[in-house]
Amino acid sequence: MSGPNNGVMVVLEATAGRLSDVSLELISLGKDVANSLGGPLVGVLIGASDVALTAVGCDIVDCYVDFGTIGYSSEMAVTALSARVEAIRPRLLLAPTGTLGLDLCSALSVAFDATLASYVVGLSVDAGRIQATSQLYGGKLLADCDLGDGFAIACVVPGSAVALQLGVGDVEVSNHSLDAIVGSLAIEPGIRHEPEASGVDIVAAELLVSVGRGIGASANLEVVQELADALGVPMSASRPVIDQGWLPKPHQVGKSGKKVKPKVYLSFGISGAPEHLEGMRQSEVIIACNTDPNAPIFKVAHYGTTLDLFDLVPELVELVEG
Amino acid sequence: MNIIVAMRQLADLVEELEVDSSGTDIDREFVKFVSNEWDEAALEEALCLKEAYGGTVTVVGIEEVDFHQTLHAALAKGADRAVELTGDFEGWIPTRQRAAALAWFIRECDFDLVLTGVQAADDLNGQLAGAIGAMLGVAHASVVTNISVEGSEAHITQELGGGVTSVSRARLPLVLGVQSARQAPRYVPISRIRQVMAEATIEKVPVTGESFGNTPQVLRLYAPEASGTATMLEGKPKEVASAIYDVLVAKGVAGSRKGN
Amino acid sequence: MLTVIETRQIFAGETRLERVVFYLASFVAILIFFVGLAFRVRKYFAGRPLDLSRFRRKHLDRDLLGITRPVPVSRSIHEIASNGTVSKRNRGVGLAHLALFWGFLGLLAATTILSLDYDVVGNLTRIFGHHELSFFTGHFYLAYNAIFDLAGLAALVGLVGLIVRRARSTSIALDYKRAQIPEDGYSRARMAAGDLLFAYGLLAILVTGILIQALRIDASRFPPYERWTWMGYAIASAMHGIGISSTSAAAIHLWIWWIHIAMALAFVAYIPWSKAIHIMTAPANLLVRDSSATRRLPANNLDHPGYRSLDDFTSKELLSLDACTKCGRCHSVCPARTGGAPLSPRDLILDLRQWADRSAGLSMVLDWEQRPTASGPLVAGGRLAGDVILPATLWSCTTCMACVEICPVGIEHVPTIVSLRRSLVDEGTMDPTLQSALENLATQGNSFGKSARMRARWAKGLDFDLVDARKQHVEYLWFLGDFASFDERLGEISRILATVLRDAGVSFGILFEDERNAGNDVRRVGEEGLFEMLVEQNLAAFAGADFDKIFTTDPHSFNTLRNEYPVYGLDKPVLHYSEVLLEIMETNEGALANLGGRVTYHDPCYLGRYNRIFEQPRRLVELAGCELVEMPRNRTNSFCCGAGGGRIWMDDSVLTERPSENRMREAAELGVEQFVVACPKDYVMFSDAVKTTGNEGRIKVVDIVELVAEATRLVGAGSAGGEQG
Repeated sequence: MSGPNNGVMVVLEATAGRLSDVSLELISLGKDVANSLGGPLVGVLIGASDVALTAVGCDIVDCYVDFGTIGYSSEMAVTALSARVEAIRPRLLLAPTGTLGLDLCSALSVAFDATLASYVVGLSVDAGRIQATSQLYGGKLLADCDLGDGFAIACVVPGSAVALQLGVGDVEVSNHSLDAIVGSLAIEPGIRHEPEASGVDIVAAELLVSVGRGIGASANLEVVQELADALGVPMSASRPVIDQGWLPKPHQVGKSGKKVKPKVYLSFGISGAPEHLEGMRQSEVIIACNTDPNAPIFKVAHYGTTLDLFDLVPELVELVEG
Repeated sequence: MNIIVAMRQLADLVEELEVDSSGTDIDREFVKFVSNEWDEAALEEALCLKEAYGGTVTVVGIEEVDFHQTLHAALAKGADRAVELTGDFEGWIPTRQRAAALAWFIRECDFDLVLTGVQAADDLNGQLAGAIGAMLGVAHASVVTNISVEGSEAHITQELGGGVTSVSRARLPLVLGVQSARQAPRYVPISRIRQVMAEATIEKVPVTGESFGNTPQVLRLYAPEASGTATMLEGKPKEVASAIYDVLVAKGVAGSRKGN
Repeated sequence: MLTVIETRQIFAGETRLERVVFYLASFVAILIFFVGLAFRVRKYFAGRPLDLSRFRRKHLDRDLLGITRPVPVSRSIHEIASNGTVSKRNRGVGLAHLALFWGFLGLLAATTILSLDYDVVGNLTRIFGHHELSFFTGHFYLAYNAIFDLAGLAALVGLVGLIVRRARSTSIALDYKRAQIPEDGYSRARMAAGDLLFAYGLLAILVTGILIQALRIDASRFPPYERWTWMGYAIASAMHGIGISSTSAAAIHLWIWWIHIAMALAFVAYIPWSKAIHIMTAPANLLVRDSSATRRLPANNLDHPGYRSLDDFTSKELLSLDACTKCGRCHSVCPARTGGAPLSPRDLILDLRQWADRSAGLSMVLDWEQRPTASGPLVAGGRLAGDVILPATLWSCTTCMACVEICPVGIEHVPTIVSLRRSLVDEGTMDPTLQSALENLATQGNSFGKSARMRARWAKGLDFDLVDARKQHVEYLWFLGDFASFDERLGEISRILATVLRDAGVSFGILFEDERNAGNDVRRVGEEGLFEMLVEQNLAAFAGADFDKIFTTDPHSFNTLRNEYPVYGLDKPVLHYSEVLLEIMETNEGALANLGGRVTYHDPCYLGRYNRIFEQPRRLVELAGCELVEMPRNRTNSFCCGAGGGRIWMDDSVLTERPSENRMREAAELGVEQFVVACPKDYVMFSDAVKTTGNEGRIKVVDIVELVAEATRLVGAGSAGGEQG
């Protein structure tokens, strides 16, 4: 086994026939680090190979196309990535915070005794040492940490970098097979279930009225529902509201729900956990109403108010109804 | 069906967290520590599995502030065994160190499943499930929302994001990071916890000198800059509502029907 | 010369066989009565023994009569004799029932005396003496007739009054419609039939009784001394007048007599198998009721939390189930029922009664609810709290105590509901929002899920420092409670109260982060263990502070600190801030501005009904110079805002109208400008209700201390202006 070279490896995902947004962010982040270290940027693509060419920042892209057809297995992902790390010996591995990243990073860090940082929102290189900034305690604190001079892994929070523009570049693509791995897995590739179709399409809406735990009781939902009805738009919600059963699952915005980019995202009682922000931060305008002036949502919102929703919403309804 | 649930304490996020004088950790002295909410989901799923298939539930974790409360509550909810690993654990325990101690204990147990919370809010150093799995040499999966068991096999559901889920057939044993249980964690009355406190015992198992490898070194811990990007709308409800309405109109998402 | 002996012949005209039949029938009827009664009594004794010790128990120094000390037996007897509980807020019904009550007792006495004379004295003297004696003669006979005719008339008038009132009533109290409708439907036709049988049966017995008296007088050709039997004589004269001859009267008399006897005996046998049992259970229940039980809830004395089976109930509770007459007053006043929740205290008691009877192998002849499929009280082998009484029903209670207050037979619904809730809590069957409130209370000691260290954050907006009662002696320890401490809307009111007290020179301090939720509503939710934990934490905090008295902002905290904490060792006086404010204001009376304006005052349940503090807040309103207009429902009849008993932590979207909205509409009728409250939860509930009922801008919810502060401030400003001038 040789020591790590100066390469940076990024884990890429393909969804809906294109590289995911977070993959493009990782490439952009990885490219900066690779430039500082003076090493190559290697992409490992989980899924279709025809999108590999769009990973323009990468020098090489190793493709595991079969993931797209035979289904997802955490064990398969770990085995495949271990093989690529073993072969390339990068200095830094970047993976997205999400199921794939959570499945991969801890296991690889143990297997290769790599220094792992989670919830990373920024990376830098200082005198050959890699430094990361992590977002902890639900976004309440940030930690700058030193990842040392050996093999390091960073599990990156989506939205931490500006995504690289999609394009077609000069990328060296090589395909790898999972055949050798599939037979001996304890966790077999899974069967994919798409979210249940429902009458509401919060993704397509240009305006969303969204509610969070802070509304207090489901009765208060009626107040906001009245506004949504007046505006003629669907209601969406953060995870706690869905978990309480106040709104059905298809209304959920966030990491485990839907990712939305409406023109205006009008939120009530949402504090802004990182998992929720991930699902809505790309909205064109975010307006947040939360009685807690320290709520993290005010950090991503464009407009904010700490008024009580009981005071505010009826006024809004009046304006909307003219 | 023997299930081990790895649980831990975490600073209560309702608290205002302050950074201590070293500048690299939170001030742990006055903060209330509570059970990690995802661990509670893992425990709930374990109890549901026990109710469905029989077997035992062992709860284990590292000696931490008020961890006994978590263990007593777990016993009161129906766990069979509560184990506290004691040793040289201070302050912010890296996930790798935690995983090493837990793996050392779990390795000696007869188990079919190890469940733990998918994450914790101070997981600077990765999540437990993957680390324990790798240390034990047992397959693992994260963001699990459903588990069912048939003989020596399990069906596990993982969330892949965006509402997409993946259901895999898997051979036991497994280490799983639980995102949510099939039902919300049950309520256990304080009187039952107090009864458990009086009657049940917590096994204390000393852990010594488990090496755990490389972890990041925290240089600085700090609150993100307070100045958010949001323009705060001040004034009476009527004025704020009007300002919001203007934005909606400007973006073309409201007001179009006003002429009707 | 033949001496006139003023008497009548008992068994005049009946044959020997008929007498045998009469005695046999009487024996059977009385046997059925006693067997039924024995079964009922056995059911009561299946419960936990009556705790009569509370009547002789040495009470704590500050125990208050009727609040934490049960009313004495003598007062209960007076209430029974005067039918005081029946006429409360319903004078007409009360008077009619009083007439029937005493009339019935009189007739019972008449029958007993007659039996004593004929069956006891007569038989004894015939067997052991030379000849049969009777005291049913002469003046005694005349007085007997004169007096018991009056009893008969009273009973008749009372009963007719009650029957007419019931027949004409359109009140929901009497339509027997359930608050919670079972999926497959239900029928209470047999209950209604039971009422009719009881009322009209009794009427028929009374009428035939009076008739046979008249017929006898007619048949015996009007002996002049029978004029003492004034009613019978008058009716007999009237009958004679319309042509009923003495001969035909004698013939009819026997028939009517038999009909009367048959009905009367049937009634005796029917009593323990019907609503009529209340003539025995209601007074008994009033005698053993414990007016303190709702204010100071009994701890869980079972080996498991909450009620599950018949033997978990106290004998008193089982007795009280049988005392219910379905009068529906609790049904009318209940805020949960009014708001469309599935709880009606009456239905709860009737369901429990039916379940208890089934569990004890008993039955009612009519008076039962029927369902096409077994559910609720008819379910076999289900959980008591959960299947027999549905969780949603139990969770609907606001513990406002209106039902306990109005119940004419002394049923205490609230302690029973809490005991059933304890079972639900033990199983974890609860609203998710309630669960998270309880979890927050267990970890941080407040229901808001905020850090305990944030408890005194409201005080940061003060321009002076609050005294820390843990560091310095104060006269008053101010116990704010969760809402006054954490709710954004109430911070300002807490600051006003602090300023008023400071300006008045009151020595007071707070516990800062050491204060915990007092646990009043935690206990009423049924989480007894958490309540005990909070009590221990607060007592420890009190022990670490130096103060003479406590006053609270929250009436709920006030109730538990004043009435329940002493059991756990608190030995300091507990006051409500309205009491403290009044003391200050009365010493400064001359220096208060006249605010004017029409206002109404809402009695918080836990201040008024629970702790009988009605006048202090009203006096404050007066002192501030406002015109107080009472809402129709005031004082003991105040209508709950819907927040109590843990309801404030639960989802109220099932309600068709929130109790607070119902109340706000009542206030709106009065044309008042301000709605004065003396409870933080009221402030929150009614501030919302003003908006949801469309009264914004018309009615303003104000805390009593805001009035006081305004009145004081205006004076301050006025005098300052005077100095300048």
